Amino acid sequence: MDDERPIFVQIAEQIEGQIVDGSMAEEGQVPSINELAAFHRINPATALKGVNVLVEAGVLYKRRGIGMFVATGAREALVQRRRDAFRADYVRPLVAEATKLSISPAQLADMIKKEAGR
Amino acid sequence: MNAIVEVQDLTKRFGKVEAVKHVSFAFAEEGIHGLLGRNGAGKTTLMKLMTGQEFATEGEVRVFGHSPVENAAVLGRVCFINEAQVYPEDFKGRHALKAASRFFSRWDEAFAARLVDDFAPPLNRPIKKMSRGQRSAIGVIVGLASRAELTFFDEPYAGLDAVARQMFYDHLLADYAAHPRTVVLSTHLIDEAANLLERVVVVDEGSVIIDADAEDLRSQAVTLVGKADGAHAFAAGREVLGVQQLGGLASVTVAGLSDTDRQEAREAGLEVGPVSLQQLVVSRTGGRTADTSEGALQ
Repeated sequence: MDDERPIFVQIAEQIEGQIVDGSMAEEGQVPSINELAAFHRINPATALKGVNVLVEAGVLYKRRGIGMFVATGAREALVQRRRDAFRADYVRPLVAEATKLSISPAQLADMIKKEAGR
Repeated sequence: MNAIVEVQDLTKRFGKVEAVKHVSFAFAEEGIHGLLGRNGAGKTTLMKLMTGQEFATEGEVRVFGHSPVENAAVLGRVCFINEAQVYPEDFKGRHALKAASRFFSRWDEAFAARLVDDFAPPLNRPIKKMSRGQRSAIGVIVGLASRAELTFFDEPYAGLDAVARQMFYDHLLADYAAHPRTVVLSTHLIDEAANLLERVVVVDEGSVIIDADAEDLRSQAVTLVGKADGAHAFAAGREVLGVQQLGGLASVTVAGLSDTDRQEAREAGLEVGPVSLQQLVVSRTGGRTADTSEGALQ
């Protein structure tokens, strides 16, 4: 919890990350607001705000009196959204930095191939 | 908002000194809030006004909708942990806990015992002979175990070490989760407590200079680091909170940038870094140089 973005955004992204990498299964129960607040040492209202972002996006859903669960299809939707953002978030800065260092697109492609083959 | 504390155009004068100047703010019911500012800014005076220990010169304080002054119905629901708490002569630690257990109707004896185990204050020592940290431990235990509907902690952990302070934060969060209530915390260790706070009121020289959600404040200012001419050109015409220069490199703290502005700054070759709540408060309360040097070192 230390970059410039609001903490509730970071909480939401962290839960998303766990859904994407499979450590939080679909239809699995998500930690409670109080557990999140205690773990990250943040205000419970902030944790609630982060979780509500995901509820509104349909990633999580509430079962009254029981808790919060990961919706079916959430992983697929998140992966798709991240793919859509991949170019702007990762490829563009990568190419910008490569250009600064006079690394050609061909050299860059070569590096990517080698890295992927490790 | 359902306000538990409402302060309306409040002024407090001590002789010719105006300690609190036409201050208005409110704290919502249920939440952990911060009352921040430099030493002598008026935090303690405000807390004393909100707990009926001082009379307002002008203006109004309402707690649970009523004036707290000599109002037992209000004060029985309020706990005020004051760094400079005065105890009766020869009062020992255990006497303070005993008195608190009688006074606070929601006192939890088992919770108090757990806190005593954790903070380990010397309960049989006269409070007058305790160290600052030990006295703070007594205050923290009373403040938490009282479970008052409204609890004020004024610099609760003077003299407590980092481990004990972390213990306080963890106990506060856990117990708040189980027993929601309203907690108002004043501290100069702002970065430590920043993430715990919901609403933040910052006072400076008796006036409120910030009254906002902690989340909104987090993204209110950024530090731009890059080539001096580029940084200065970008900052021109914006609200600059601090500037630090090192050779051809400048670090400028700027408030009120939109996402687009930030993107523009990055495209102009500037590094955009976060400004912590502490840095923001420091720069807003007159400590510009200290603020930016800290920011530049991060």
